[in-house]
Amino acid sequence: MARMKFLCDADRCIECNACVTACKNEHEVPWGINRRRVVTINDGKPGERSISMACMHCTDAPCAAVCPVSCFYTTADAVVLHSKDLCIGCGYCFYACPFGAPQYPRVGNFGSRGKMDKCTFCAGGPEADITKAEYDKYGSNRLAEGKLPLCAEMCSTKSLLAGDGEIIAQIYKERVVKRGYGSGAWGWKTAYKETIAT
Amino acid sequence: MTKLLAQARYIVGALALAFIVAVAAPAAAQQATSVNPTASAVKEEQLLQQLQQVQGRISIPDAQASTLIQPAGQNWRQFHQVTLPWIGAIAILGMIVLLLVFYLSRGMVKIESGRSGRTVVRFNSFERFVHWVTATCFIILGITGLNITFGKQLLLPLIGPEAFTAWSLWGKYAHNYLSFPFAIGVVLIFLIWIAGNIPNRTDINWIRRGGGLFGKDHPPAYRFNAGQKMIYWIVIIGGTAVSVTGYMLMFPFYGTTMAGMQLAQVVHGIVALLFVAAMLAHIYIGTMGMEGAFEAMGTGTVDENWAKQHHPLWLEEEKGKAPSGATPRATPAE
Repeated sequence: MARMKFLCDADRCIECNACVTACKNEHEVPWGINRRRVVTINDGKPGERSISMACMHCTDAPCAAVCPVSCFYTTADAVVLHSKDLCIGCGYCFYACPFGAPQYPRVGNFGSRGKMDKCTFCAGGPEADITKAEYDKYGSNRLAEGKLPLCAEMCSTKSLLAGDGEIIAQIYKERVVKRGYGSGAWGWKTAYKETIAT
Repeated sequence: MTKLLAQARYIVGALALAFIVAVAAPAAAQQATSVNPTASAVKEEQLLQQLQQVQGRISIPDAQASTLIQPAGQNWRQFHQVTLPWIGAIAILGMIVLLLVFYLSRGMVKIESGRSGRTVVRFNSFERFVHWVTATCFIILGITGLNITFGKQLLLPLIGPEAFTAWSLWGKYAHNYLSFPFAIGVVLIFLIWIAGNIPNRTDINWIRRGGGLFGKDHPPAYRFNAGQKMIYWIVIIGGTAVSVTGYMLMFPFYGTTMAGMQLAQVVHGIVALLFVAAMLAHIYIGTMGMEGAFEAMGTGTVDENWAKQHHPLWLEEEKGKAPSGATPRATPAE
């Protein structure tokens, strides 16, 4: 089994936000919820870089650790998923998450939180694969269809890579060697306790 | 003539452009190899070291999403998973052990001269109403709160994930809604009993004599002794702290940042657990710990001999109020 990871090559991201749009469209994500976003650092200054960020599907995921009802689980592909049937919308995973991945629809009392929603690595949820029930709660399950996450698949500059960690790290390494520079795999140290040596 | 001149200008211009391009092209190519496009690029590690987080600009309305990486979440995780459960376990189990040891060694504190049969009013119906509304809310808030911190380890394996989620979801609703009567109760408790709870000189004597907890001693007190005053101020200060931080958590990110939310949870968790531990002592001494104590909050009246033993100065005050000098507001036993 693969160890699925995301890698955003900041030297290639042009902040077109197509990954954000593709994700919202593919999973019919409701208003106000962004499973993926693009953050631009040092905007308008020399050295500006944009990074596309979603759930990184951490090793030893902080969200799963702090969840008071244990609604998270890790698949055989190391994708961190959760059950919306078990989630109580307490918001603790958002406090613990280093990447701001958990999102909450504002449906609860006092305009606060409903059941948490986050990037599924296009792998659905605990329901049976490729069913309506699964789609309604978590969006499409592309992994079950043998496809990789749509955000990375349609990235126009191939900045965003998704797939087995070793393979995408190898692709990134080759790029860095060929072009002679690279600003590193953003978030990898925090998420996976490792970096890509280049 | 002018037409010809204009055409000549075009030709000269085109030639000049061609010349510039021809000369400049190799120079530009040379420059590309000497420039490192990442020389001034932002570096993740550097940002994390300098700012403890990575922050940028975002084009979606959710301004909070502009934080790319917040490693402070790891510290909060450590607190929530390790520090808080330990504080809670030590405070609550420690208090239970302490009370057990106290009960086994001292037993119930008796009314030494027995019941007189005459009673005196200690808490009127409004005072009792406020006490019990606040107390009921506190117990439910306490249990549902403890469930959030300890339920996963203690209850989830017993009843299974579906039942545990159903119970925790109702617990969350109860915790949210009952916070309102609880907070109002704390305010009312502050108002109705503040007069008797200002620390004074008798408290020093009471504390010096250990509050009569050990041996047969019963240091005199007015309406509230130093121990009760401590409970009062724990309720006022602790209740205010859990209410304020609780509403911060209930209305997330209304004027608070991520660090503010994490801090609110830290304060809420610690204060609430210590509060529960303190209230265990209060419940003990008000029920099985002392003969004649519960009826003060039960029926509202206490036996005169109980008052003489524990609150003689208060009893004198109450008697002094009576016009005839006889036992005021006291009713003979049936």
